[in-house]
Amino acid sequence: MNHSLSVGMEVPPLHKGPVTHTDLVKYSGASGDFNPIHTVESFAIEAGLGGVIAHGMLTMAYVGQMLTDFAGVDADLVDFRVRFRAMVRPGDTVVCRGVVSGIKEDDSGSLVTLQVDAETQRQETVVKGTATLRYR
Amino acid sequence: MDNSIVGVWSQPVANVVERGAVRKFADAIGDPNPLYRDEEYARGTRFGRLIAPPTFCRTFDFGIIEGLDIAQEGLIHGEQSFHFERPIYVGEELWCSECLTDTYTRSGGSGKMTFLILEQKGETKDGELVFTSRANVIRKEGPDA
Repeated sequence: MNHSLSVGMEVPPLHKGPVTHTDLVKYSGASGDFNPIHTVESFAIEAGLGGVIAHGMLTMAYVGQMLTDFAGVDADLVDFRVRFRAMVRPGDTVVCRGVVSGIKEDDSGSLVTLQVDAETQRQETVVKGTATLRYR
Repeated sequence: MDNSIVGVWSQPVANVVERGAVRKFADAIGDPNPLYRDEEYARGTRFGRLIAPPTFCRTFDFGIIEGLDIAQEGLIHGEQSFHFERPIYVGEELWCSECLTDTYTRSGGSGKMTFLILEQKGETKDGELVFTSRANVIRKEGPDA
């Protein structure tokens, strides 16, 4: 059991961005998601989005980074779920946050649940979800 | 949508977790974690080898669900979840498949929307389950559809 954790404890926030067009091209290539709404400005405008938007999975990866940074080499991420609530656009900065919401002990260690979210500089919540870390 | 495809899993596809692909993915998300790229460091941890960032498993080839025609354009990613039995190791081979587990249509102010629940899993060749994931995607049919 990790005795340094307690319910209500905040995860060190992770600041990402500003997101650039290059970031979106790189993520398209690395993920294989070549939907042009993320990379082609004219296409995204035509699609009614007002310009390119970041992949939801890129924002989720940012939150994932905050979680794996927090877990270090002591814990495994076992559950991670988010709801995508708003769009991230080039120029946006994103801050990922988490708070410990529960700690449960079992035979093989402890399960730590967290509430997580990510917010842009517009104070708009872009993703919100939960995660579980297992400390062995 | 043809509902007879609900519940039918794709033929599993072998995916090798390539070292270069993992490093490129970690670079693309701006994550400098040495567990994804520094072999010597990773060997000294309890993992014993390089691992992949959790959301990397979204990039796998999950095969084709026969009869499921989802044009990527016009799809909205509503929710995403992952469950891991253990970390994903660089160099391992995972057999990945996908299933449309539910679909339903709702009408709203902005027209008709089709909801698709897609589940994925990744297993070793010996059938050890490594991860499951679920994506809820929404297709806007528009007011005319």
